[in-house]
Amino acid sequence: MVQALGHLTIGIVRDLGRTGWFLLYSLYMIVRRPGSFVHVLKQLRFIGTKSLFVIVLTGAFTGMVLGLQGYYTLTKFGSEGMLGTAVALSLIRELGPVLTALMVTGRAGSAITAEIGIMRITEQIDALETMALDPFKYLVTPKFIAAMISLPLLCAIFDVIGIYGGWLVGVKLLGVNPGAYFYEMEKSVVWRDVYSGFVKSFSFGVIIAWIGCYKGYYAGHGAEGVSKATTESVVLTSVIILVWDYFLTSVLL
Amino acid sequence: MISIRNVHKSFGMQKVLDGLDLDIPDGKITAIIGPSGEGKSVLLKHLIGLLQPDSGAVEVDGESIIDVRRSELNRIREKFGMLFQNVALFDSMTVFENVAFPLEEKTSLSKEEIRGKVLSALEDVGLKNIENKFPDELSGGMKKRVGLARAVVLNPKIILFDEPTTGLDPIIKRAIHQLIKDTHAKFGFTAVIVSHEIPEIFDVAQNVAMLFRGKILQYGTSDDIKNSDHPAVRQFISGSLDGPIQMI
Ligand SMILES: Nc1ncnc2c1ncn2[C@@H]1O[C@H](COP(=O)(O)OP(=O)(O)OP(=O)(O)O)[C@@H](O)[C@H]1O
Ligand SMILES: [Mg+2]
Repeated sequence: MVQALGHLTIGIVRDLGRTGWFLLYSLYMIVRRPGSFVHVLKQLRFIGTKSLFVIVLTGAFTGMVLGLQGYYTLTKFGSEGMLGTAVALSLIRELGPVLTALMVTGRAGSAITAEIGIMRITEQIDALETMALDPFKYLVTPKFIAAMISLPLLCAIFDVIGIYGGWLVGVKLLGVNPGAYFYEMEKSVVWRDVYSGFVKSFSFGVIIAWIGCYKGYYAGHGAEGVSKATTESVVLTSVIILVWDYFLTSVLL
Repeated sequence: MISIRNVHKSFGMQKVLDGLDLDIPDGKITAIIGPSGEGKSVLLKHLIGLLQPDSGAVEVDGESIIDVRRSELNRIREKFGMLFQNVALFDSMTVFENVAFPLEEKTSLSKEEIRGKVLSALEDVGLKNIENKFPDELSGGMKKRVGLARAVVLNPKIILFDEPTTGLDPIIKRAIHQLIKDTHAKFGFTAVIVSHEIPEIFDVAQNVAMLFRGKILQYGTSDDIKNSDHPAVRQFISGSLDGPIQMI
């Protein structure tokens, strides 16, 4: 019993160490050898461009539901003129970064793990090594760079679409004063809000690339190993994003 | 020269290499033979640092590749080309891109020069007009030959082949053996070939080592091994069911 507990502890500590080392080494490699521009572009296309549709869609509906809920709450205080502020602040500070990150995790994080995992189990990563090429340079750093660039941009798009979604519901459907919607928003959203949203989505990009690559790089045996790694990657990434979000919010508030 | 001293390697409880010693001379073709599952592929991966021994030493041209820095290991690995037993082609690249990849990453040749080299390497292994196919669109034997082309395209000093002809038809098999002999005569690289092709391999390799129970059971020239009077070696070469090597 004690022995089993000891083994478990050692296992967890070793895993944590390996995960942390993976992040540090990746960041070091980004500085030292960022990999070729073409690889980064390819990943930008995959992580960024191809996520556009789903981000626009979820952004629109999130903004619309915020419009509905916000209107319902604000009319109770007779201050539905503040709807624009409520929608914009919720999106920019919180929902934009988090929902964008969760959508990208589902779409690209899982794919990153599966791709690297399959390369691991079919010895393609070993083949790179025998050619004296660092697998990180080809497989890991381009994904990090692409995720770090894509996430803030996708998040910005999510925010803008969401704000117009809220406008559509609040102003066009429920009859909030259109001038008030944007005027109040402009008055109360400050640079700090935008900045905190940016910091969040940037760091979520790092988390997505980090866990996605890490889980694939150390995938277990065969098809089952890869499928397990993919599931774990999505769950772990989502959990870390939410925990980190709480932490960041409390620091940045 | 690659020298392996007293190498031990276990996977969990299973002992695979058990104090193995082997010297692989420069400029010769050395074959490693032995029963399936005895650790030939594991041994080959030790030569290029893909696996690290539990204990013992592996040196390439007098430089250790055990516990060295990554940059150091990569510098030594520049000397190598390797064909994996299951080929390990990059499956999201075409055949052309696979063979061109080492050239693009390691040389400063122009696009035209790379194209010429890739096509001639593919032609050498008897492949034509398949450059734009993906690995999963090829037969097993074709994949093997693409892997072969990728392993030799940089003209490495040392080439490791893990079963280069397994799964090929008799004519292509002979052609590949001839190709290895011819290019060896031309470039004089050091080759290590893991092979089950008995007796053909005796004609390709100058030296042969037989791996059995985690050690090199016998090591000598092709003729030495062909005419060995060691019972296990004799049994293995003749493919007989009776003798010290028992299938369980
Ligand atoms: N990564 C690994 N993890 C655990 N065991 C392994 C690993 N690689 C090889 N083995 C074990 O080591 C032993 C030797 O394997 P190896 O692939 O070297 O055999 P081989 O001599 O190349 O056989 P074959 O001629 O069939 O290719 C096998 O029993 C195998 O189960
Ligand atoms: Mg083998």
